[in-house]
Amino acid sequence: MSGTEENAGRIEVRAPMSGVFYRTPAPDQPPYVEVGDVVKKKQVLGLLETMKVFQKIKSPANGRVVEILPDNEATLKDNDLVFVLEKG
Amino acid sequence: MFSKILVANRGEIAHRIIRACRELGVPSVAVYSEADRDSLHLTLADEKVCIGPPVSAKSYLNMESIIEAARATGVDAIHPGYGYLAENAAFARACEEAGIVFIGPTPDNLHLAGDKLTAKLIVQEKGVPVIPSSPAGVGSLAEAERISGDMGYPVMVKASAGGGGRGIRVCEDREMLVEEFPIARMEARAGFGNDEVFIEKCILHPRHIEFQILADRHGHVIHLGERECTIQRRYQKLIEESPSPVMTPELRERMGQAAVTAAGAVQYFNAGTVEFLVDGDGNFYFMEINARIQVEHPVTELTTGIDLVKEQIRLASGGELDYTFDDIRQRGWAMECRINAEDPDRNFLPSPGKIDRYRPPGGFGVRLDTHLYQGYELPVFYDSLIAKLISYDLTRDGAIRIMRRALEEFGIAPVKTTIPLYLRIMDDPSFKRGDFDTGFIKRFVPDEEDEDEDE
Repeated sequence: MSGTEENAGRIEVRAPMSGVFYRTPAPDQPPYVEVGDVVKKKQVLGLLETMKVFQKIKSPANGRVVEILPDNEATLKDNDLVFVLEKG
Repeated sequence: MFSKILVANRGEIAHRIIRACRELGVPSVAVYSEADRDSLHLTLADEKVCIGPPVSAKSYLNMESIIEAARATGVDAIHPGYGYLAENAAFARACEEAGIVFIGPTPDNLHLAGDKLTAKLIVQEKGVPVIPSSPAGVGSLAEAERISGDMGYPVMVKASAGGGGRGIRVCEDREMLVEEFPIARMEARAGFGNDEVFIEKCILHPRHIEFQILADRHGHVIHLGERECTIQRRYQKLIEESPSPVMTPELRERMGQAAVTAAGAVQYFNAGTVEFLVDGDGNFYFMEINARIQVEHPVTELTTGIDLVKEQIRLASGGELDYTFDDIRQRGWAMECRINAEDPDRNFLPSPGKIDRYRPPGGFGVRLDTHLYQGYELPVFYDSLIAKLISYDLTRDGAIRIMRRALEEFGIAPVKTTIPLYLRIMDDPSFKRGDFDTGFIKRFVPDEEDEDEDE
């Protein structure tokens, strides 16, 4: 599961391992989430592809997306900050 | 013989093919993506060409870039390895058009091998038994229900364009079929760009046994015995051996003949594999032809003494087959464990990273095909297969003992690997007896739960 850190309503969602980050379920589809979106706990925020295996990056809590740090198809390292949410 | 060969692959198989080139005295060209600059196969090749960015679609699957590299280095042949472009008929044709020999089957062979339904019909006409299945793409649920009812449950819904175990859904009964059929079509469209599916009878407690074949340009086809590939997880092979513990000389004779007939029926050329399912009563059914060198080819090499990659190259350059299986005499027992950078304790999640500690096994009866070295950083972009450990001895018991000892010797850290799983399997009484079916691995992997539920 994604690493998270909470502090004063700010939730950090980190990469569970290194891999390629995707914001969309498929190249021709819209992103899972945009900045400002209200999300539910366990809602899919993005995908991480590591050695041809896809993992879902899910929201650890109900909240709102404040920041999406990497670009689509960026290569992430283990524990890189991916999303910042505001607890809601 | 060729004057120079380009190896259009990466990892252990690129290394394996370049070794064969060196033994043949043919200069080789390695290709690599930007993520593979430190890859071991580059050190062994005579020349190297960067073919693009890390993502496979832009490098190892990039036909133009590879043909361009072949032209620039003046090679007269390309070996595609396995995966990537190995079974891509358009690539084989592009090589032909560029005046470069594709070391592998003909474009027509590749096309037919990818069209499993047609391939089955052709080999069935020649009297090779096939698994009962729907004759063509099944377009509606009503049709699927009728066909499944006729052949009897359980059935499998399979993507016509699928492969490598992907795009398969098992349905135990009518209720499940109703639920799974539309999903199978959606998956087929998403995964393979084609929503055609077909229905196949599910063979209970099957073993997966395949025959290695070789064919020359003059229509001579031979087989080199079987490989037992029953131990799989999610249709991905984990352990392979040759011979198979359930094989008898009579069954080998019949299946080998069926494999040769199947290959002949499709005018097959070069190395290939004919896959069969074998049920508990020794009935066998043709499944498909794999038109490539396979990951598990070393177990055949060790029991026959034939270097399959060198044979592929020799046949592609016009060489003839002047021997048969009877001339070779299969000898001893070989076993292969596919070592993946995956954590068996965490639902086989991949485990990329730097290899800080690397201590390869050796000694009597051990072969190791790998691209690992101390300090190598496993890229996140590619497959998790990091090594193939192969043991050989005169008996199956001996091969298991050597495998066990070699697995214990094999030190890889801190990356997690499937070595601990294989150690447990080598100690398992039913594995030692050779008594297993394709469901065997479930006893070692607690629960095949979805990664979704890993809270």
